[in-house]
Amino acid sequence: MVAQGLEKRFGDFTAVAGIDFSISRGESFGFLGPNGAGKTSTMRMVACMSPHTGGQLSVLGMDPRTSGSTIRSRIGLVPQQDSLDDELTVEDNLYLYGRYFDLPKRLIRERAVRLLEFAQLTERAKDKVEPLSGGMKRRLTIARSLISEPELLILDEPTTGLDPQARHLLWDRLYRLKSQGVTLVITTHYMDEAEQLCDRLVVMDKGRIVAEGSPRALIEQHSTREVVELRFGLDQQHQGATAIADLAERIEVLPDRVLLYVHDGDAAVAEVHRRGLLPESSLVRRSTLEDVFLRLTGRSLVD
Amino acid sequence: MTDQLLESGARPQPTVGWPGWLRVTSVYAHTYRRTWRSSMSASFLFPVLYLAAMGVGLGSLIDHHAGGIDGVRYLDFLAPGLLAGTVLQIAVAEATYPVVGAVKWTRVYWAMLASPLGTDDLVLGFLVWIAVRMAMVSAIFLGVMAAFGTVRSPLGLLVVPVSMIAGVAFAAPVASYAVLSTNDQGFAAINRFIVVPLFLFSTTFFPLHQLPVGLRVVAQLTPLFHGVNLTRALCLGQIAPLQNAADLLYLVVLAGASTLSCAASFKKRLVQ
Ligand SMILES: Nc1ncnc2c1ncn2[C@@H]1O[C@H](COP(=O)(O)OP(=O)(O)OP(=O)(O)O)[C@@H](O)[C@H]1O
Ligand SMILES: [Mg+2]
Repeated sequence: MVAQGLEKRFGDFTAVAGIDFSISRGESFGFLGPNGAGKTSTMRMVACMSPHTGGQLSVLGMDPRTSGSTIRSRIGLVPQQDSLDDELTVEDNLYLYGRYFDLPKRLIRERAVRLLEFAQLTERAKDKVEPLSGGMKRRLTIARSLISEPELLILDEPTTGLDPQARHLLWDRLYRLKSQGVTLVITTHYMDEAEQLCDRLVVMDKGRIVAEGSPRALIEQHSTREVVELRFGLDQQHQGATAIADLAERIEVLPDRVLLYVHDGDAAVAEVHRRGLLPESSLVRRSTLEDVFLRLTGRSLVD
Repeated sequence: MTDQLLESGARPQPTVGWPGWLRVTSVYAHTYRRTWRSSMSASFLFPVLYLAAMGVGLGSLIDHHAGGIDGVRYLDFLAPGLLAGTVLQIAVAEATYPVVGAVKWTRVYWAMLASPLGTDDLVLGFLVWIAVRMAMVSAIFLGVMAAFGTVRSPLGLLVVPVSMIAGVAFAAPVASYAVLSTNDQGFAAINRFIVVPLFLFSTTFFPLHQLPVGLRVVAQLTPLFHGVNLTRALCLGQIAPLQNAADLLYLVVLAGASTLSCAASFKKRLVQ
């Protein structure tokens, strides 16, 4: 999949403002970004459901403008918002989705058995969808997207609303799909999810790509090895911070704590104490993708 | 456990070979199985009750005092009108809430569009389903009419295909409005200001010459008038070739034109 200068406008509003990326077969690729960054708009273009308004896009080597239907027959989509028929049973939702793809009835029924097990919904097969919990519906949506055995699976915030057990289960299942050669494209707000699942990822903000690379490389590039979190007393963060500003490559003062971005966290804490400062608490941790994310896209809410 | 979810990799998927619209129609049919019992019994009960109360009860009064309408018993006059009016009501109902629901509530249309299906398949599949539903509704209605002895000609069987065309002509314009609407507030207005007046004044219950001259012209411009006219002519076996050809042409043209407008609306709303 290759995008060059890919753009999406809705009237005067530009949701995706010219992005470049290329994803190879078998890879698992992530899109990170705050609310409104343009992730869903991008996914919908890649899934050939929404025509791009500028730039170039090729999916599975084909042009979505001319071969949308063929491309869609070979990809699976887990949309951000579930689109299940609440009045029908779990089983029927799978069956009808298979029929959209013109799959033979027998084949769908066979696959449905495996997919229900995959989603741990076998006992609910004959129940209506409506009373299922949000997480169960999400699992059903994911199972459904696999009914056509897609080569490329697009997941728009697949684990939002899932409990930790279900998230880990899903990660495991996605990992298996990947090892079977399925290309995964994932958007997420969860940094641990991106670190777990993505070979490579891009960070989007306001319709643009602001960083790209493997999770490790992004951390190395945009953050330090470790982060020290210090809490001084109420309203004393600024005073504390000025006294130790020289200790860190970068320092961030938040209302409730001070973050020091450093190479060696323990050494930094020792130095803080040596200077006679007594923070209420101090914590040394490794840098995560979350630090990169916040650095690149800011801490304030965009909308 | 499920080790091989994708056993086939990139191998081409086996398919049945049905065109997209037919898959959509079959999905509607599958979904309908959930409610067919209540839906069918309503299609049966409505004509039985109406024909008994208005046709037989009111009819005997009218026949006694006015000698029927244009030379036929009131029951024979009324029944085809009611049939066409029922087709209108059901076609419009199927084209309002279910359509906006599939866009906004269940989001089923979006699920369909993530598959190889396109908006044209959705429109065509939906309208074919409407035609199938109207065939069922009109066939049941005709059966009830036959039991009341009001199908006076074998031509009456042609009411089934006519109802299919009329159903599409009623449903398609409404669906092309519904798919674009952001809520269901307009639907009550459609019922109040379009469906009910048409149902009452399109010569369903009384002949055209009972209306004041001005309203006669208006009535003749409405689709239900032509549906009623054609249905009545076929049931009574009293064909007025020119007039009835015009009725049919009106319905076919409306069905065709509004199918195109429906396709444009679906595309506008669902491909963004
Ligand atoms: N159909 C549409 N018409 C007009 N504007 C739209 C439409 N769809 C999306 N937008 C706008 O495009 C921008 C990007 O939206 P998008 O859904 O792609 O963001 P996102 O990154 O997926 O956000 P989130 O994390 O909240 O899901 C938003 O400002 C949104 O309001
Ligand atoms: Mg989104």
